[in-house]
Amino acid sequence: MSEQLPETQPAARAPAQSTPTGAMLRTLGLVSAICGLAIVSAYQGTLSAVKANKIIAQERAVFKVLPGAKSVDAYMIGSDGSIEVAREDAPNGVLRFFAAYDETGRLQGVAAEGAATGYADVVRVMFGYSPDCECIVGFDQVSSRETPGIGDKITVDKDFRANFKSLEAKLNADKSALANDIKVVKHGSKTSPWQIDAIAGATITSRAVGKGINDTARALLPKLVPQLEKIRSKR
Amino acid sequence: MSASVTQSWDELTEGLWRQNPTFVMVLGMCPTLAVTVSGVNALAMGIATTLVLIFSCLLVSLMRNIVPGEVRIATYIVIIATFVTVVDYLIQAISLELYDALGAFIQLIVVNCIILGRAEAHASKTPPIPAMLNAVGMGAGFTLGLLSLGIVREILGAGKLFGITLFGESFQPWVVMVLPPGGFFVLGGWLLIFAWWARRKEAGGAQS
Repeated sequence: MSEQLPETQPAARAPAQSTPTGAMLRTLGLVSAICGLAIVSAYQGTLSAVKANKIIAQERAVFKVLPGAKSVDAYMIGSDGSIEVAREDAPNGVLRFFAAYDETGRLQGVAAEGAATGYADVVRVMFGYSPDCECIVGFDQVSSRETPGIGDKITVDKDFRANFKSLEAKLNADKSALANDIKVVKHGSKTSPWQIDAIAGATITSRAVGKGINDTARALLPKLVPQLEKIRSKR
Repeated sequence: MSASVTQSWDELTEGLWRQNPTFVMVLGMCPTLAVTVSGVNALAMGIATTLVLIFSCLLVSLMRNIVPGEVRIATYIVIIATFVTVVDYLIQAISLELYDALGAFIQLIVVNCIILGRAEAHASKTPPIPAMLNAVGMGAGFTLGLLSLGIVREILGAGKLFGITLFGESFQPWVVMVLPPGGFFVLGGWLLIFAWWARRKEAGGAQS
């Protein structure tokens, strides 16, 4: 692509005699100071609104994957493996999840985020886990850049969504791991309740959804389920 | 008085029509092709770029006499990057959905050649008010360019306009229009129309 600036006249701008170093440094210093001030004040000014937006977006996603939920508490798995109230300053790799409650404050389910590489970029999904049926009861995409009309069907394809009405995620006998890994199978070959029937033509995106959910479920559920009593009622 | 009004009007309309960044100068093609999958995205990108353009041109123009020629590009880029960062935070504060939809293209406003082009070619030689007027016009022209792509692509590719479904259930979206090739098709179509128009006007002018 050739791009031209019709009015540019570099020859006219080139100064005949050079500017003293001090003047250049002064100008650059001044510009940096002004710009630094502008960036920091914009950051500080928008911080609370951005945080509020993020919380609203997360809550909305939780309500979508756990129908019937009325309020949400954010938790995380602490370094010693116990459930703690989610903190902003927690390290990046920490497992976070949301506990959702109905009107009476009874635990409806747990929602967590999973991510895996899809066709174009990382597909991030939120899924809802119900401790009553030990299964996944809903999922929604948080962000993805999948091909419109193909990969982005994960949010609209009725057959695919039906996989997540009660997708089994039981733990094994000693509650140390999932009894069966959640697996995406080729379209039309689902045989077990822990399998996800892929969308024909969008297998890669379907697999990313399954892998994202499975990775998080494998890491989170063995730690979470034994301590479920702690979050039974709203804090 | 009237002379200065004409001049201001001239500054303002330059970007809208005679030097339209999208259709005449063909600048800033990266966001033009990439984010125009829907009308809302196009509009938001246009407004974001316009804001950056106006404030960068103002600051560049205010500092035009103290910035030494040797470091002018470095200065302009720092100024532009600052306003892009500010707009980035503002969009996050307004709507995270919009922020996700525009993705990396907000940050990429820094390297949008319209802005550096206007700073270097116009604002650095012009007093603040005409420089800002020119920036408003250029921004509006760019927004217009993005919108004319975004609307066409959204209608053809998704059957919607600003998110409102236009056709019934039976509408089969022309999916390629919201994929990258669709951007080139629609841009090509618009450039064709503008070139034809310009040629017709020229021919008409020669006859009279």
